[in-house]
Amino acid sequence: MGWVNIIIQGGLLGGLYALFAIGLALSFGIMRLVNIAHGDFIVLSAFVAMIVSAGLGISAIASLAVVIPAMFALGYLLQRGILNLTLGSDILPPLLVTFGISVIIQNLLLEGFGADIQRLHAGAIETESVILPGGIAVGVFPLLVFVLAVVCIAGLQFVFYRTGLGRAFRAASDDPDTAELMGVDKRHIYALAMGVAMAFTALAGVLFAIRTTFEPSSGPIRLIYAFEAVIIGGLGSFWGTLVGGMILGIAQAIGAALSPTWQILAGHIAFLVVLIVKPSGLFPRTRD
Amino acid sequence: MAFLLELEQVTKSFGALKATDGLSLSVAEGEALAVIGPNGAGKSTMFNLVTGDTRPDEGRIRFAGEDISAMAPHARSRLGIGRTYQIPHPFAKMTVFENLLVGAIFGAGQTERESYDTCAEVLDLVGLLARANAPAGSLTLLQRKRLELARALALRPRLLLLDEIAGGLTEHECNELVETIRTIHTRGTTIVWVEHIVHALVSIASRLIVINFGRKLAEGDPREVMADPRVREVYLGISA
Repeated sequence: MGWVNIIIQGGLLGGLYALFAIGLALSFGIMRLVNIAHGDFIVLSAFVAMIVSAGLGISAIASLAVVIPAMFALGYLLQRGILNLTLGSDILPPLLVTFGISVIIQNLLLEGFGADIQRLHAGAIETESVILPGGIAVGVFPLLVFVLAVVCIAGLQFVFYRTGLGRAFRAASDDPDTAELMGVDKRHIYALAMGVAMAFTALAGVLFAIRTTFEPSSGPIRLIYAFEAVIIGGLGSFWGTLVGGMILGIAQAIGAALSPTWQILAGHIAFLVVLIVKPSGLFPRTRD
Repeated sequence: MAFLLELEQVTKSFGALKATDGLSLSVAEGEALAVIGPNGAGKSTMFNLVTGDTRPDEGRIRFAGEDISAMAPHARSRLGIGRTYQIPHPFAKMTVFENLLVGAIFGAGQTERESYDTCAEVLDLVGLLARANAPAGSLTLLQRKRLELARALALRPRLLLLDEIAGGLTEHECNELVETIRTIHTRGTTIVWVEHIVHALVSIASRLIVINFGRKLAEGDPREVMADPRVREVYLGISA
């Protein structure tokens, strides 16, 4: 029973990791852009939510109504103004530029907010729980995060495979020059993709900051989790990132149950095992 | 006569090589123009200049009277310039039908509903309807060539640029493709066709231009131009 509980809690945590991973998967999948600053954008979103909820006197969850559009706009402008210029046959420039952005965000946050540990508050939902058949108590909030992750991925899957915009995303990913010849404005589509990636990043950042504490330097480790979830799941597969996130979460939960010092390490070990056994990830997309 | 496409003294250099060298040509609305020339004569560069893949160093390009020399490629395709590549460039991971939808929606500016009809009609015309839901990457060479043509047609182009679309096909396949292109032309699409297979060109084009070293060497009725000794020497390597 104890292990079932651990696996359920870990799996639910995987929903949050999947949300971390979606933004990264989108920017890599569509633009072949590895966004080193991804983790810092997660943390930035949390700080923006902190300001918005304090300023407007609303809960952190309600602040999403402001934070998500704001991060979408930031993503669009960042891609249009800077990142589009770094894309080409060489993958190094976007790496260097996003690494620079990562350093800038961390330092600006440190300058603005100091190194204090912060936390967002969402009210009673943080501590509520439901009892599953079998007597296992599950937090309402982790359950909500997991359900949100599933809904987000289902939504993305629909947009990608059933709408014109999704086809433009896939076309621009497959062959940007031919996409241009077909009337697709590559720069605009890339900027939209980064906007969407940032919107998911904002959601992930706020949920993360309600669940646990954060500080200006919390970004890089979130980036690693996001990377691991994407790679375990297989590049290009949204459902794969959910499974990747869950494997990571479950491994961490099992590690933590064995010994508190094993929590993080167990996640990395699970990642390495998948990488060795199946280097392309569990669900690499061959068709899309 | 109203010209749909005009190139005016267009020069494009790659290092010391002048791919096009003060090239001028005009294509009338509804015309089928054939372009031939040895490898490296500047034919593909000419297409790249028209679609916006490359920008001219000098000169102007006009489409339907509008100067498009500095316009982005996606904006040109929205004006109605469709192009096929010599080596087909499908979106390999998307289905055949989806390949076309992109052009119909973003190029021709159609709604999702309109685009479905357009794409089905185009696939029927090029004979790929049965493969509509196949991933583009799984097609044979002939099917890829047909998809290449269909992709360009999904834009509902006013001008269709065909870059060696018949190359690598058997005689029979080539004849079939020529008939498809003839249908497209008779329905009113203006065509500029670069090809090495001259008899395919001559059966459709009313005018032939020979390009060599980025310049126009000869121009006129296809049969007369092919009989020109200068053309025979340059193009066929037969000295007069």
